[in-house]
Amino acid sequence: MGSSTLSIGFFFAFMALTLAITYWAARRTRTTEHFFAAGGQVTAWQNGWALAGDFLSAAALLGIAGIVTSNGFDGMIYSIGWLVGWPIILFLIVEPLRNVGRFTFADVVAYRLRQRPVRVAGAVGTLAVILFYLIAQMVATGSLIKLLFGLPYTWSVVVVGSMMLVYVLFGGMLATTWVQVVKAALLMGGGILLAILVLTHFDMNPLKLFAAASEKYGTRVLQPGSKVVSGQWDAISLGLGLMFGTAAMPHVLMRAYTVKDAKAARLSILYATGLIGVFHLMVFIIGFGAMVLVGPETVAKAGGGGNMAAPLLALAVGGNAFFGFICAVAFATMLAVVAGLTLSGVATLCHDVWTNVIRNGTASETEQLKVARVATVMISILAIILGIAFEGQNVAFMAGLAFSIACAANFPSLVLAITWRRFTTPAAVASILVGTMSSLVLIYLSPTIQVDILGKPLAAIEHEWWFVSLRNPAIISMPLSFVVAILMSLLTPEKNADLAFDEMQRRILLGPLQPNINEPARAKSAA
Amino acid sequence: MNVVIPGNADPASSGVSARKLARKRLTVALILSAAMIAIYFGFMGLFAFDKPLLGTILVPGLSLCIVLGPLVIISSFALCLTYVLWANRVFDAGIRNLR
Repeated sequence: MGSSTLSIGFFFAFMALTLAITYWAARRTRTTEHFFAAGGQVTAWQNGWALAGDFLSAAALLGIAGIVTSNGFDGMIYSIGWLVGWPIILFLIVEPLRNVGRFTFADVVAYRLRQRPVRVAGAVGTLAVILFYLIAQMVATGSLIKLLFGLPYTWSVVVVGSMMLVYVLFGGMLATTWVQVVKAALLMGGGILLAILVLTHFDMNPLKLFAAASEKYGTRVLQPGSKVVSGQWDAISLGLGLMFGTAAMPHVLMRAYTVKDAKAARLSILYATGLIGVFHLMVFIIGFGAMVLVGPETVAKAGGGGNMAAPLLALAVGGNAFFGFICAVAFATMLAVVAGLTLSGVATLCHDVWTNVIRNGTASETEQLKVARVATVMISILAIILGIAFEGQNVAFMAGLAFSIACAANFPSLVLAITWRRFTTPAAVASILVGTMSSLVLIYLSPTIQVDILGKPLAAIEHEWWFVSLRNPAIISMPLSFVVAILMSLLTPEKNADLAFDEMQRRILLGPLQPNINEPARAKSAA
Repeated sequence: MNVVIPGNADPASSGVSARKLARKRLTVALILSAAMIAIYFGFMGLFAFDKPLLGTILVPGLSLCIVLGPLVIISSFALCLTYVLWANRVFDAGIRNLR
């Protein structure tokens, strides 16, 4: 297949470019400030693109396009859910995060509480999110690369794992940022071009495209169905998980530290929201385009659970070269996401667990960098091993689980730490742990695991007392986490936390005190 | 990390205006968040509980959900833009006065 050679050509071009970036970044990565936050030197525009690159996974292009191709409108439920969390980040979280924290979201939760317990709990919440999301990404990546390039699954996982290891290990946040910027530019460019090519078949009028689709497959494709999201309360629960999970994803939040101040962080969220919104609108056109111009049957026959919709559409409207390009873009997309995830896992292990728990906040720069690099290697190897171990398994639920845990474990403690004076250490710990555990338990008892994974017949377990009919736990686990946090706070008053609240509010407004506000590089705290 | 931060200006008066500014920001943030939550869960509520309404075909090729879905996306961005414009103009000016 000629297109395969072409896509491999694009793929090597992308590898060469990102490795050159990594080489360039490696020479500029000397301190933890550089390694985890690119020295705070990223501009708002760059960070906006990098946020889009960090957040838009292969699921956003290939997955949603595939769902739209086979189900019509329902695919958009995910698009919308992944976007509406961004305003919440902007309004409630990003400025306090940037002004109070340094590398991780636990910096903010632990700020006026007792460091060790909160950081340990925060690490549990963060690592659970990162690990489940990383496994979902690795397994999807392995099977997609196999499908797109014909590379065996194991090798696909090893190649992706090794690339992300190289980016993060040598280039830290600076290389990761630029990989994400390049990927976002490719993804936006490819997505917009593909959508435009589709619309040229319909006089540039999306309504004609939708009309053609409903003529061919019935008006049901323009109407909400119940195949993608079944159950009324499940839809609401999914919405909660997507909205507030997005607002508390550790790898997204971490990017707030890469810019020079709260204002730049604020702007970068606005840019990211715009980019992600436009992209999702394009994907909707792409999905319908694939439905009309390629056909759901052809897409289904191509394998990969509908993921081939966008590449096959590219082949149909743009020929071999465009097919190769879209495949390479999909590959770049996966790499940028796993690199961002890995880096935020490393930040948690090194900054939260090692520096602030094990070493009590007194590790030297050299030691922290060494630990960060060891942690990078560990997480990469773990990701590769788990990626290979879960080959062929249905791990789609793990991505949803990651959002549910972020929503139930990270979001409540973060918001309460920022806004509620009486929030205490035991409350933070309990809320994070309850959020994590309840998400895990609820999803284990739901049809997602019991029926889809363990293969039990629904009728046999439906009436068991432990059975949870919701596939998405957020509607239970998130309020539970809030209630636990509030009750524990009231039961365990903490004088120091209360006293430090005004000081924290002041810091949320003004940021860390610096001799010269125009020189963020000097903002390094003594810790 | 626990550094106490004294203000540059007169601590008593700047403390009061700082608290005022913080409360103002929180109010704006909460109102906009509430708007976003209302818009999104209004839409998801229709999706969950009134699929026939959301599936109303307005003209051939266009159903209510295909109008409202993109509108939710556009309104997310519009709310973000509102906040950023407010913050850049009012909030940042307030911060400069505090310093």
